[in-house]
Amino acid sequence: MGRLKLFIPLAVFVVMSGFLMRGLQLDPQALPSALIDKPIPEFSLPVLGAAPATMVSRQAVIGEVALFNVWATWCASCRVEHPYLTQLAARGIPIYGINYKDNDRDALQWLQDLGDPYRLNIVDAEGSLGLDLGVYGAPETYVVDANGLIRYRHVGVVNEQVWTEILEPIVRELRREGSA
Amino acid sequence: MIPEFGHFALIIALGLALLLTLIPLWGSFRNNQQAMSMAPSLSIGMLVFVAISFACLGYAFVTDDFSVALVANHSNSLMPTALKFSALWGNHEGSLLLWVLILSLWTAAVAIFSAELPLQLLSRVLSVMGIIALGFLLFSLLTSNPFARLLPSVPTDGADLNPLLQDPGLIIHPPLLYMGYVGFSVAFAFAIGALMGGRLDASWARWSRPWTNAAWAFLTLGIMLGSWWAYYELGWGGWWFWDPVENASFMPWLAGTALIHSLAVTEKRGLFRSWTVLLAIFTFSLSLLGTFLVRSGVLTSVHAFAADPARGVFVLAFLAIVVGGSLTLYALRAPAVQSRIGFAWVSRESLMLLNNVVFLVATLTVLFGTLFPLITDALGLGKYSVGPPYFNSVFLPLMALLIPFMGIGPTSRWKRDETARWRAELLAPALAALIIGFGFPFLYGGSFNLWVMLAVVLAGWLVLAMLRDLGRQVRNASSLMVGLRRLTPSYYGMQLAHLGFAASVIGVVLTSQYAVERDLKMAPGDSHDIAGYHFVFDELSKVRGPNFIADGANFSVSQDGVVIARLQAQKRRYLASGQVMTEAAIDAGVFRDIFIAMGEPLGGESWAIRLHYKPFVRWIWGGAIAMGLGGFLTLADRRYRRARRRSEAGVTGLGTEAQGGTA
Amino acid sequence: MSRRYLLLCLLLLVAPVQAVIESYDFADEEMRERYRLLSAELRCPKCQNQNIADSNAPIAADLRAQLHEQLHAGRSNDEIVEYMVDRYGEFVLYRPRWNQVTMVLWLAPVILLGLALWVLLASIRNRKAGAASVALSEAEQQRLQALLADTDNGASQDPQQGSSND
Repeated sequence: MGRLKLFIPLAVFVVMSGFLMRGLQLDPQALPSALIDKPIPEFSLPVLGAAPATMVSRQAVIGEVALFNVWATWCASCRVEHPYLTQLAARGIPIYGINYKDNDRDALQWLQDLGDPYRLNIVDAEGSLGLDLGVYGAPETYVVDANGLIRYRHVGVVNEQVWTEILEPIVRELRREGSA
Repeated sequence: MIPEFGHFALIIALGLALLLTLIPLWGSFRNNQQAMSMAPSLSIGMLVFVAISFACLGYAFVTDDFSVALVANHSNSLMPTALKFSALWGNHEGSLLLWVLILSLWTAAVAIFSAELPLQLLSRVLSVMGIIALGFLLFSLLTSNPFARLLPSVPTDGADLNPLLQDPGLIIHPPLLYMGYVGFSVAFAFAIGALMGGRLDASWARWSRPWTNAAWAFLTLGIMLGSWWAYYELGWGGWWFWDPVENASFMPWLAGTALIHSLAVTEKRGLFRSWTVLLAIFTFSLSLLGTFLVRSGVLTSVHAFAADPARGVFVLAFLAIVVGGSLTLYALRAPAVQSRIGFAWVSRESLMLLNNVVFLVATLTVLFGTLFPLITDALGLGKYSVGPPYFNSVFLPLMALLIPFMGIGPTSRWKRDETARWRAELLAPALAALIIGFGFPFLYGGSFNLWVMLAVVLAGWLVLAMLRDLGRQVRNASSLMVGLRRLTPSYYGMQLAHLGFAASVIGVVLTSQYAVERDLKMAPGDSHDIAGYHFVFDELSKVRGPNFIADGANFSVSQDGVVIARLQAQKRRYLASGQVMTEAAIDAGVFRDIFIAMGEPLGGESWAIRLHYKPFVRWIWGGAIAMGLGGFLTLADRRYRRARRRSEAGVTGLGTEAQGGTA
Repeated sequence: MSRRYLLLCLLLLVAPVQAVIESYDFADEEMRERYRLLSAELRCPKCQNQNIADSNAPIAADLRAQLHEQLHAGRSNDEIVEYMVDRYGEFVLYRPRWNQVTMVLWLAPVILLGLALWVLLASIRNRKAGAASVALSEAEQQRLQALLADTDNGASQDPQQGSSND
């Protein structure tokens, strides 16, 4: 028994190394959304470019499986992902935009120059909706189901790889769920 | 040309490390004198080539050789020369080379200063250090080559060193820190050597002690410098954040403190041999773990180097081999049977054990807290953060638990002591400390404060108990001077270190309880009062530095109508990178710091200004300096020199080991 | 300076480390103190391990503003913490709240201390028992006495007992 006790430090070390090894595959910065399986927060915000000025609330943007994309003109990565979003919209994926802490004129110009993949854009000038969603930097994309529940959040650029490997399977699953 | 030369020298050093690992170790098991005696020369050779390599890289930095990728990414021609050289270790690859250099320095030092060591043990110690050097050299050459070139498109100027690092702090903090961090490899190597030889006696402890104390002292100073640097550089007046990288350096310190005390017991009484060996392995393992945490990207930290999981895999593999190997060796070779030497409940040994308990629990707690986010994430239990509120709540009580016993320690006797004697010696200091402690918050702060009272009682107790013990030591001497001179450097070192600890405790608690901080909007002409000081914003100015331009806010600070300081805080904009940084103005004093920092411009001539009053903050670092000096002082003890003379006379009683000295 | 100009996209993670100095006004001292404590305990969700008090990041500025607003709206500390956790998860707290998972974290020091002390006590007790059991037999005892009487070399096992200083 005496000799066996001396192996305890080694055993503890092995366990710790296991965790460290696993840690190398994880991203300590990645923060999953705190709102998974919770409804989109209630809000009442203007629609971008609507004339006459219109407000939109939560009720108007739920009802089918959709993506919610948080973007802004000051965000370089948003520009990078924009073309792909346009492609997705062309394929029939509903995308709602949340124009986060931006100004209307710049945003409208941007959409005019680069194309508009969004069903509509919610103007979140103060960042209040962003705060309620737990947004911490653009771009972020939320997958929302037909009942308005947030089911996944992707932080960062959405490109072909991200879509095929991560988002599309979720969307497909949610649609199947919805029709079942 | 020079960088290639440096690269080549590093490869040669790698070869020497390989030879150092294999030949003397083999020789020690085969009792081959020649093979064993190659160890010192191989060690010195390794140092020479690593130093050449380091010098070549330094040359590249100082001469603005932007064809070397490292120089291009981390330096700039406008920087002062001293900073250019220091930029060498302001990044992952260069700091790794510094690691290897310092390891080689320690290895060569052990080779040179170990005349009294039996050759078999010496060769094993040096070989073990060679193994570690081998690992790091491989790591450097294979994954983090500092000499990578950017040819043929050489940039015209460098990307500049992060402005936060452009400070004298960069020149001394990493080298000192590494001296400590890496220095524990010596204690580790001694432990492994002793395990291999199956000889874990008091001599091993005596040989280990000076090296371990030196490493501990360096680490103490290194951590202290880091804390101080953060304080004046970051502009928020904080000095410790329990950040993973800070913890990575603090854990070896905590374990190292337990180690230096445990070694003392093993040396004096031949006790705890197995435990001390484990501690030595544990302490250095924490150093290696720290290296892993800082460079692998596994934990988030403002101090971390650019994270690269590929590098992380390498370090982890290295960690597994070195630590796993040594713990296996320990499990197989450490004595399973305790020494029969006993001691009473009331004795110095018990107090030392208590020290070990507290510091071990502290180390494990900090380790667990630091790794907790990783563990919960790996187990899918969610993302958590563990920060200062947690660490402070668990660490401070542990230290508070320790201090009462620290006061008794120096007075206590080995093997068997009596509480009656303790009471007789120490009752007066205890009562005095209680009185002073109760009175202090009222006198200084004007009202009762529990934490301050506790801190002053404990620190006061420590100081008074120390004075009491000093008095007891010189009591029987013919005169005070005779008595003082009779005391050994070891004794003075211990008392100085404990005194430093008390000072740091005072600094920590008083500054956190009595500091005053205000963030205000101020324009030239505005004034504000805090803590009896009157701050007047005199004027704004424009400042031009060697590689930055700045807005300066000139303040005059007065107390009771008398101007005691004129300070200029700056908001700098570095030309090469465009980064903006605030440079705080500090009026330092023994009993308080006054701290002014500029925030954002608020329109017109108004700025957001932070005014800080920080009492006793310097005591934190002053105490740490005293601890470090105390550690160094113990090295001067005659018994380490006496040991060498005694061994030369052939009276080591170590049996069949070769008596020959080093090559 | 407008946040717009300072903005760093998520993928440009260059979190400036330096202090943020803003001049908020507070209704009273107690509120200022609560602000100071809470802004030190809330973590900036995207920075490299900084609390919202120290971070320059826009999200940190937003959270500070939110904190200030909530304090003045009369919310309690617990309510504010709950608000933040609802949106950002437990990650945003530097003082982990007590739950089944963090229970381990909070109890660990106590358990470790208890364990270590227990081992300590057991170890001391074993030594005393060990030393006691090495009793000499009658014959050995006599031999010992004879030896001690014979020689002057009463070299004790523990030369350091008593007056040792260090």
